[in-house]
Parts: sequence; structure tokens; C-alpha cells
Amino acid sequence: MILPGFPDAAPLEGLIGGVLIGLAAALMLLGAGRIAGVSGIAARAFGLAQSSLPRGAAFAFLIGLPLGAALVGALGEGGASAFVAPLPLALAGLLVGIGTRLGSGCTSGHGVCGMSRLSQRSLVAVATFMATGFATVAVMNALGIEVLP
Amino acid sequence: MSREPIIALVSGTIFGAGLAIGGMTDPARVRGFLDLFGAWDPTLAFVMGGAVLVMALAWAVQRRMAHPLFAAGFSLPDRRDITPRLVGGAALFGVGWGIAGLCPGPGFAALAIAPIPALIFLAAMLAGMLIVRLLEGE
Repeated sequence: MILPGFPDAAPLEGLIGGVLIGLAAALMLLGAGRIAGVSGIAARAFGLAQSSLPRGAAFAFLIGLPLGAALVGALGEGGASAFVAPLPLALAGLLVGIGTRLGSGCTSGHGVCGMSRLSQRSLVAVATFMATGFATVAVMNALGIEVLP
Repeated sequence: MSREPIIALVSGTIFGAGLAIGGMTDPARVRGFLDLFGAWDPTLAFVMGGAVLVMALAWAVQRRMAHPLFAAGFSLPDRRDITPRLVGGAALFGVGWGIAGLCPGPGFAALAIAPIPALIFLAAMLAGMLIVRLLEGE
């Protein structure tokens, strides 16, 4: 499916992927009574945050993420991907780690789980990280900083 | 034995599949979405829209449940205060997200696609989380 005006967009794949992510988060909520927030689950798995979530369950969730991506790859779905160079990648990882701990969540916890619940903290967090995300790419482009191959 | 690890594994697997199908394991696509003033790629908005729609229904169901299907009770965040820490943290996260086109979920999912870049990103992310923990002296 092609979106008029956006030849590179994949709206149908995006919607299907999004519905799957929503179902996964719904399973955590209705099955286990928990938020599928990846940064919090990662911090819990590696002993970097207090949580009532058992560490085994935290690791099980994290192992599932590449497992699901591998299954999609094995079925021949999910296209190519390009990753930024090691140095900006490490800097970005550091900022993501610090930011998600201070900000109590990321795109999954605040974005998927919090926004759908109309949590005010999540709405503020999403508006903030979207704004700085847009600004970061705009500034990098304006300065001619290319990080993708 | 608790059924929580099994639920978590199934949820994580569906989550990872959704990220891959939606193109979120491709940093170029995520940065395309964040390139609002350039060659904007709206795909991420469809991913987020689909996920939020399903979860909005799940929250409506949750409000009618006394307890989760396979656990004794709900363990959900209940804070409502908007703090400088929340806003500052989200701001820093957004900068990192913009630089790499990766957030934590796709970072883990990418282990199946490009293990070396994913490991670099995840190691740095965990180091960042450790820094916060050490500075706060928890």
C-alpha cells in the first residue's frame, strides 16, 4: 500500500505491526497485570531498578523481542535496516539509558501503554521526547551530520 | 510455578514481531519519522496508532476486571505528578532516540537483525541506567 505523497512510507505494515505491539502489551496487562514498558523491564532484568516483576519474567520478555524479530525475518518479512555508526550509537544508547530511567519510561511504557490510558505523565513525556527527537534530527541535518551509512 | 515468565515470553515475542513488521527495527525508518522538516516518513505514526488503539480497548477491559487472568493483582503505575525529572529525562531520551533511530524495544529486537550495533546500543543504554542508579545512590 502506498500513501499518497509519501512513497517510502509503509502504512499497512506499520498498522499491522502496531496492532501486534498493542496485543502484546494487552497480554501483559490483562494476563499478568503489568505494563509492557521495555526500558523498565530491561532495568529490572539487569538489576538496575527495583520492581515487583520477577527477574526471570523480565528476562523472558527481553528474550522474546529478538525471537519475534527473528521469526518475522525467517518468514521473509521485515525489510532491510541501516544502523548508525558505533560512536553516535554508543552516545545515543547512553542518553536513552539515562533519559528513560529519569523519565520513567520510553516509547513502549509512556507511548503505547501510558498514552492509551490518557496518563498525564505519559502524555507529557511523549510530547517531550517527540519534540527533542524531531529537534535532534533537524539540527543534525542542518549541520550536515550524517550518521547513517 | 508462576505463569508470569511464560506470559512475558509470549508478549515479548509478539512485541518483537510487531516491531519488525512495522519497520521499527530499521533505524533509518525511525529517523525518517523524526525528520519532520525533511523527507518525512509517517510509518511510525501508523505503528503507534495501531498499538494505542488496541491498548485503549485493553484498558477498557482492565477497568472491568478484579484481577489479571494469570496473576493475583494488577501492578500498575499510579503517579500523576509532572516533575522536572520526568520532563528532563524524556528530553534526553528523545535526543538519543533521534541520534540513533533506536529506542529500547527495537534495540533488543535488533539483536536478531544486526547483533553488533544492537549490542553497542544496549551496552551503552545499560551503562546510562547504571549511571542514574549510582548517582541516586539507590
